[in-house]
Amino acid sequence: MSSRKTYDAGVKDYRETYWMPEYTPAETDILACFKITPQPGVPREEAAAAVAAESSTGTWTTVWTDLLTDLDHYKGRAYSIEDVPGDDSCFYALIAYPIDLFEEGSVVNVFTSLVGNVFGFKAVRGLRLEDIRFPIAYVMTCNGPPNGIQVERDKMNKYGRPLLGCTIKPKLGLSAKNYGRAVYECLRGGLDFTKDDENVNSQPFMRWNHRFDFCMEAIHKAEAETGERKGHYLNVTAPTPEEMYKRAEYAKSLGAPIIMHDYLTGGFCANTGLAQWCRDNGILLHIHRAMHAVLDRNPIHGIHFRVLAKALRLSGGDHLHSGTVVGKLEGDREATLGWIDIMRDKYIKEDRSRGIFFDQDWGSMPGVLPVASGGIHVWHMPALVSIFGDDSVLQFGGGTLGHPWGNAAGAAANRVALEACVQARNEGREVEKEGKEILSNAAKSSPELKAAMETWKEIKFEFDTVDKLDVAHR
Amino acid sequence: MSDIQDYQSSLADTASRKFETFSYLPEMNAEQIRRQVQYIVAQGWNPGIEHTEPENAADNYWYMWKLPMFGEDDVDTIINECVACHNAHPNNHVRLMGFDNYAQSAGASMVIYRGNPV
Repeated sequence: MSSRKTYDAGVKDYRETYWMPEYTPAETDILACFKITPQPGVPREEAAAAVAAESSTGTWTTVWTDLLTDLDHYKGRAYSIEDVPGDDSCFYALIAYPIDLFEEGSVVNVFTSLVGNVFGFKAVRGLRLEDIRFPIAYVMTCNGPPNGIQVERDKMNKYGRPLLGCTIKPKLGLSAKNYGRAVYECLRGGLDFTKDDENVNSQPFMRWNHRFDFCMEAIHKAEAETGERKGHYLNVTAPTPEEMYKRAEYAKSLGAPIIMHDYLTGGFCANTGLAQWCRDNGILLHIHRAMHAVLDRNPIHGIHFRVLAKALRLSGGDHLHSGTVVGKLEGDREATLGWIDIMRDKYIKEDRSRGIFFDQDWGSMPGVLPVASGGIHVWHMPALVSIFGDDSVLQFGGGTLGHPWGNAAGAAANRVALEACVQARNEGREVEKEGKEILSNAAKSSPELKAAMETWKEIKFEFDTVDKLDVAHR
Repeated sequence: MSDIQDYQSSLADTASRKFETFSYLPEMNAEQIRRQVQYIVAQGWNPGIEHTEPENAADNYWYMWKLPMFGEDDVDTIINECVACHNAHPNNHVRLMGFDNYAQSAGASMVIYRGNPV
């Protein structure tokens, strides 16, 4: 084929340029799997090519400046189409993007391209980004988690078990001093961490600096009293990056071991910057994910959470909320196991039974601790220990603060339940199956656990999951 | 209020001091310790023993008992070392570690003999 091209104005079918079924992806390509629901009458190849075009170099008509560059080098390539099990209205399109399309170390830039204008594109009725493969060449340009799991264990002196936390409630309205009281009670009762609710930033009822002061006193006293290391996720999410760094600097000046950020509402730019700051300053970074369900819950449109989890690991964070499988919030067990592997492991193999479309190599990038939080209590502990294993943070909000004897007793109940489950697991027992027996036995030496088990016995959240893995069900 | 139980913990009461994993459970008996040793061996971790005066339990560095037992997978040998450390330092906390050299972290760390808190 001649390398000479001539300018031919007008609209061309996308598939002429962007559908390349013969293409073998390069090791350095960024790969994406989209679930596409095309408009009626649009062929699959054309829809896939259109998505490849609109998320890379293409626009709706040919322009003469296309010929000033080598678009065949820069274009996204739709290279494969697959059926979605159990649903004929949509299909998977696999698209490869050359690494040159993206700024190094910029989650912002990758997502501006991959989930930009293309999601409003008329030729598709629905579009969902199911998975991305980041090549190791790109991973190495990102800083990733500021500390990682091993460093956090060493700093906090927590080994051989999941970490234990609690979100302080009511989420809004407490004064700083009363809020610090709730923190102190939780920590003295045996929790490792307490957490600012994501809504808590710096409202008129409690300004951020007052909260930081009282929470640090709570930490110091609980540490002196229990002899264990404690932390409180001081939420530095703020209206502007300048204000965010001001709060982070103050937290550091008080000796706080960990701070917190909301990476989706705060944005990837702010998050990546804060993660770098945490790396520089040796402070742990807890990441909340407010707004994720807006993006990830609809099975035919949006961004799957496994992709948001990869984005966070690249942008940087030491903890990330992952869902609980067993609590009040959405989460399918196999899919959750898939994305907690994506957060923690060095290398994750393609596994369609967990919704993982690509091998992912993280190289030496540290892992992120998954955080299970929301609607869980002591009775869930055996399942949580089985599902999440040691490298996780289990957070009981209502399940600590709602204890009939108060936060310290609630915290102690959770700590005893956790340690009993870990001890039993280590002894080779089937913790999920023998959960009741394990907890009942532990409650013999813990009146706090006994009271917790009596309080929450009947609570369950048995609603069907909305966002399920795609499996044939006909 | 009469059915609410007070939470017993204070700066003045040294019994309030904990020492991380399993310190909220009753002290383990010999059979329970054996099972934890078996777990560490089964994970392929290197067993190690450390001890400290209870008042220094919050420190990162406790006193090593000899060296970590690299490659040791005989449960009785490991338990005998635990007992020897405890006998040599009966007033100290003695903790059993399982060093995971791949994660460069302790996969397990638990106090198996408890000193008297002061």
